[in-house]
Amino acid sequence: MATTTASESIPSWRYVWGVRWRLWRQNALEFWRELHKHPISVAGGVVMVAYVLAALFAEQITWHNPELGSLRNRLLPPAFVASGSWDFPLGTDAQGRDLYTRIVFGARVSLAVGILSVAISMVVGVALGALAGYRRGRIDGLISRFADLLMAFPFLIFAIGMMAFLGPGFVNLILALTFKGWVEFFRLARGDMIAEGTREYVEAARVTGQKPWRIVVGEMLPNILPTIFVLTTLRIGFMIVTEASLSFLGLGIQPPTPAWGSMVADGRNHLLNAWWVSTMPGLAIVGLVLAINLFGEGLRDILDPRLKLE
Amino acid sequence: MRLVKIVERLLVAIPIMTGVAVIVFFFMRLTPGDPVDIMMGQGGAVSAGEMERLRSEFNLDKPLHEQLAIFLLDLARGDMGNSFTRQRPVAQLIAERLPATIELALGALIFGLLVAFPIGIISAVRQNSLTDRLSMAGAFLGISMPPFWLGILLILIFSVHLKWLPVQGRIGSDVHLTTITGFYVLDSLLTGNREALVSSLRHLVLPSVTLGAAVAAIVARVLRSSMLECLRSDYVKLARAKGVSEFSTVAKHALRNALIPTVTVVGLQVGVLLGGNMIVEAVFGWPGLGRLVVDAIFARDFPLVQGAVMVYAFTFVAANLVVDVLYTYLNPKIEM
Repeated sequence: MATTTASESIPSWRYVWGVRWRLWRQNALEFWRELHKHPISVAGGVVMVAYVLAALFAEQITWHNPELGSLRNRLLPPAFVASGSWDFPLGTDAQGRDLYTRIVFGARVSLAVGILSVAISMVVGVALGALAGYRRGRIDGLISRFADLLMAFPFLIFAIGMMAFLGPGFVNLILALTFKGWVEFFRLARGDMIAEGTREYVEAARVTGQKPWRIVVGEMLPNILPTIFVLTTLRIGFMIVTEASLSFLGLGIQPPTPAWGSMVADGRNHLLNAWWVSTMPGLAIVGLVLAINLFGEGLRDILDPRLKLE
Repeated sequence: MRLVKIVERLLVAIPIMTGVAVIVFFFMRLTPGDPVDIMMGQGGAVSAGEMERLRSEFNLDKPLHEQLAIFLLDLARGDMGNSFTRQRPVAQLIAERLPATIELALGALIFGLLVAFPIGIISAVRQNSLTDRLSMAGAFLGISMPPFWLGILLILIFSVHLKWLPVQGRIGSDVHLTTITGFYVLDSLLTGNREALVSSLRHLVLPSVTLGAAVAAIVARVLRSSMLECLRSDYVKLARAKGVSEFSTVAKHALRNALIPTVTVVGLQVGVLLGGNMIVEAVFGWPGLGRLVVDAIFARDFPLVQGAVMVYAFTFVAANLVVDVLYTYLNPKIEM
């Protein structure tokens, strides 16, 4: 570490960033070693990557039209059932569409909504949290009160209200989830910023005359980032389930675009004669959310044991 | 002293509730779609004069700030107004639906705790055993499973295939029950109606399990980790050294202290249970508050949405307060 005595000048940016880079690399190596102690989380990470790849290359790994089926192929059973065929590995729905194809394409919606809504929530929440936690005073009071207000609304009711307000659609879905989603990030970032603010390096940065935004962005944010990152991972699972719930109620992505939630809802009318229509897309959700949560749990163990999955 | 703090917290809740009221008010009014148009859309052709009459009856012709003032003043007097679509007092509509929602939440809570406590305790006592690993894997599954899908899966297994439990509703359509409180299980007990009791309990099982699975998972995990912490503490070592029996060490010394964080989580879950069950209500055709609100949002039934959201916000504030009070009660070291 750079120990500057009064006679020395302030170390150059180049030197500071050199130290930072070495520290960062050291942390990354340590993180990598720690990861080996969490094989189940690594497995979760691998499954996550598999879902992302499947979503990206959906056209290449499927051989049916996700939105158009033939009524001749109505409610065919999955391949592993006696009368099933490998042309439709997971069976077909009431409109004769291949479930496997629809599930793979449905991953696009779930992942895009989950990742984008959490990413936007994180940026907004952390920015406001950093502002409130560093400045305190009036602005902190104002944002914190507003966050408290939003907390008093049940998430799903709020999202449903937002969807009624905005109307259905992909962008609106993300907006609806973000509008309340930033609060968790705000609360975490604010608390961490307040705690960091009392530490010596912040005082040192102030004394050396750095500008406030530079202290916040350059000095403090890197220190709270691991915690934020853990929360980000854990929230993606939650957002995916919420998106699926909205789609299940018919408020999310509109048909014929495949979304897992609406696919489960479609299958409800055929529980008696075609159990697979509801079951298969549900399994896809559970698989992805489970993988994300396992991965996030491992991250939490390594990066920040304070956060719990709730 | 403690009472003063509680009163103080209740007073703090007033601005929050008012804020919630104002947000819902503007939110609903800024949402596209005119309530009278939507209402008339169902009824067919109506004269312009009739629509004007309805608008003035609902105060929709007044400027927004006047509408807000009327709403807030009525609310302060405990009057939530009349529903646009159902032409009845909102308070009455909510009072009819609330018992169903609470009954389901209680069922879910009881199921959740019944599962979570043995699992949490045994997993901690036998840490890293097969039981522990399987339980925690199950808990992970419980957290990751979307409730609507779990509900459908349960219906598929227990209603469609095994035919053990009913698919929908709160009570069999052929069963007659005189309602007193609106809680069907309680009403059957009060009237000594055995048939209704069996029927309402059977209807309650699957929705409760669906809604309670996540609670069971979350509480089991918290209880396990706080039990582990307590079992490693000095006072438990001391108890063992003194020769206190293993059962008594676990049940009296460790569990009591492990309850502190657990109570917090349970309390917060109660808020979630009451506010987050419109999905389960939709899956099981459960006539609760959640479905009422969702319908009201789409019908632009302003007073009904406003009233219901106030009930939710109140539940949330109350749940938090109860948690804080219990917390200080269990752990006198903490000031409120």
